[in-house]
Amino acid sequence: MTECLLAATTWLLPFAAIDWHGLFFLLFAAIACGAAIMVVLTDNVVRMALHLVLSLGATAGLFFLAGSEFVGAMQLMIYVGGTLVLLVFGVMLTAQTQLVSLRTPAADRVLAGILAAALFAVLVQSAVSVEAWRRPGRAEVSAPTATPLGMALVGVRVDGDAAGHESRPLSGYLLPFEIVSVHLLVVLIGAAYLARAKRRRTPRAVELVASVDPPPPVQARSEAGESASVLVGGGR
Amino acid sequence: MAEFLIETIGLPSWLAWTAVAAVAAFLILNVIAGGALVFIWAERKIAARIQDRLGPTRTGGRFGWLQSLADGIKLLAKEDLMPDGADGMLFRLAPYVSFCASFCAFIALPFAFDVVGLRLNVGVFFVVAVLGLEVFGVILAGYASASKWSLFGAMREAAQVVSYEVPLGMCVVVPVMLAGSMDLVTIAEKQAGWLTNWYIFHDPFTFVIFWVYYTCAVASVNRAPFDLAEAESELVAGFHTEYSGLRWSFFFMAEYGSMFLVSALAAVLFLGGWNGPVPIASLLGWSDGSSLSAPYAVRLLGCANLMGKATAGVLVMMWIRWTLPRLRIDQVMTTCLKYCTPIAALMFAGVMLWQLFLPGGLIPGSRHQAAAVREAWLEGRGDRVPSTNVPLGVVPATSRQVVGVSQ
Amino acid sequence: MMLIAVGTVSVAHYLIVGAILFTAGIACMAVKRNALGVLMGIELVLNGANLNFVAFGSSYLAGEGRASLGLDGEVMALFVILLAAAEAAVALAITLNFYNNHATVDVDRADDLRG
Repeated sequence: MTECLLAATTWLLPFAAIDWHGLFFLLFAAIACGAAIMVVLTDNVVRMALHLVLSLGATAGLFFLAGSEFVGAMQLMIYVGGTLVLLVFGVMLTAQTQLVSLRTPAADRVLAGILAAALFAVLVQSAVSVEAWRRPGRAEVSAPTATPLGMALVGVRVDGDAAGHESRPLSGYLLPFEIVSVHLLVVLIGAAYLARAKRRRTPRAVELVASVDPPPPVQARSEAGESASVLVGGGR
Repeated sequence: MAEFLIETIGLPSWLAWTAVAAVAAFLILNVIAGGALVFIWAERKIAARIQDRLGPTRTGGRFGWLQSLADGIKLLAKEDLMPDGADGMLFRLAPYVSFCASFCAFIALPFAFDVVGLRLNVGVFFVVAVLGLEVFGVILAGYASASKWSLFGAMREAAQVVSYEVPLGMCVVVPVMLAGSMDLVTIAEKQAGWLTNWYIFHDPFTFVIFWVYYTCAVASVNRAPFDLAEAESELVAGFHTEYSGLRWSFFFMAEYGSMFLVSALAAVLFLGGWNGPVPIASLLGWSDGSSLSAPYAVRLLGCANLMGKATAGVLVMMWIRWTLPRLRIDQVMTTCLKYCTPIAALMFAGVMLWQLFLPGGLIPGSRHQAAAVREAWLEGRGDRVPSTNVPLGVVPATSRQVVGVSQ
Repeated sequence: MMLIAVGTVSVAHYLIVGAILFTAGIACMAVKRNALGVLMGIELVLNGANLNFVAFGSSYLAGEGRASLGLDGEVMALFVILLAAAEAAVALAITLNFYNNHATVDVDRADDLRG
């Protein structure tokens, strides 16, 4: 059995130099970029949300590969598990049949494409311009950063290995931490206030539209993948 | 195991790591699938006994052992339906999203002191974050089914899961605070020894927090009495109304996998993980449970311990399901926002104060921790708690293992 | 492929991925008529920038002759995630308010203040 295995491995020898870190980086990068481009290209807002979830999830994978486990887990929990769920809720609440796919005129899209391509060229040129950024990494295991990060957030820096910092002392992040906490509190109150249920004397514009428009005809249902049941007004 | 493959058989490094990853994935898949099989049978039997009847008694013997297998065969043979106006891609994708989220969280779960998929430094955080991704499968299923019942059920379930993540996160932070690390292996290792070392018996606040965690976990996996989103009497079947056959069974496996996962997480965080009530291994002189030279029996014992505790958690979930009546959606939200969250916050503050003034009751420590903790970290201590114990318990974690770095 | 043969990933690769995300986000903000589509573009932009921060702050990717930002990169990325979540919440509240008042999320219809 061992001889068969060795024979198989010699046949597979050209693949022996597979760098798993690079392979997974390629995989996650392809998913992140592909999904991001699909967000731009697709018109159905629900599919846009799904592609965004894929893109941000793959970005979290890239964070893990770069060694920032805490930021990667934070990205998964806050961005994908929180912000995107909020976004999907918003999409569901406003996913009326006629609003699910809104297209811009072709001229606008061509112009945006040209601008995006120009911006991308500038960014890539600056990314590959610095020689030091193109050198491959150390390819060794680095110390985990969750504890130093937590301690930095309460003002105690314990990582002293970043070069160039020997001349001045490292400062903690207690002040930004407190500011962000207050900021989040303000945002919480503001968003709750903006989205409060108001007592209305006159019906909302949404209800007016729903009461006046006739229900969509039966033929509309045959559009594959485009029709959606609605939460507010309308019907199938 | 990878070192064994590389050195003994002489496989190249990449093949060895691939084999290890494949074996680990296969084992975890078996845990989920086999667990689902056993739990479905157990659920039917428990439900039957609570309702004063017998349950399955014909398939495969007097106790209906093969009932789950028969159910599985039936599901495989069903017709694959899709509603007329459904969004094809999203409809087909949804069960796999749910299942992947449930499966990925097992990566960081330790079954014994070195039987873990990937020992993440932020294990607890990772598991809670990935559990929150299951809600996307639910929303996609509800939306893509093009049916009012599905959409309502999905939105209610999503709102419930997302709301209960808040008290769940607060409850999960308490053992992290006690152990000083988010690493699940470290948290369980700290509870080695006798029964009284378990965090649930650490102080009364942690005891209460365990029950709050359990309640939030039951709500988070949408089990009764929080299962309004899939209640037959209300919404036909909620978000998986339009699913049948193998697609439905993926949702089912995701649900039972999540149940097992949150119970296993409770076991690791509060009930000592793989440590039994009596430290058999150290009493028999085999090892102190954490050295790699321990006989394999110690690891097996650890796995059995953890799975036993997780199974007990799942069985209690089933017991609760068939005993308590279902809560309305507004009652579910009230329980979360008016009861679980404030209680969790108060208990969290209580544990924090207990740590400051009565740190474990064993070694009194100073109030000013920053300098001592910094010194401990700078000295680069390993996994063991330093002798000059700092009550906040911040311990530097060991380096993580990176799968597949060549040479 | 150069990547697999040479064997390691450098910061430049991460920067290029970040640039793709950033550009896709800008294009999304420019092209989409749905207000939620614009919001998704903003999220993509912030993620592209975050990837840059994490790449510069990663000691795993730091090559010889270049020191990483260290913890600063990670903390910046953390704060960006937090603030992006806050901003998304407020933007969504505004969008829902707009929807309640105008029965549409089409940004081309938001022309009440047009002169």
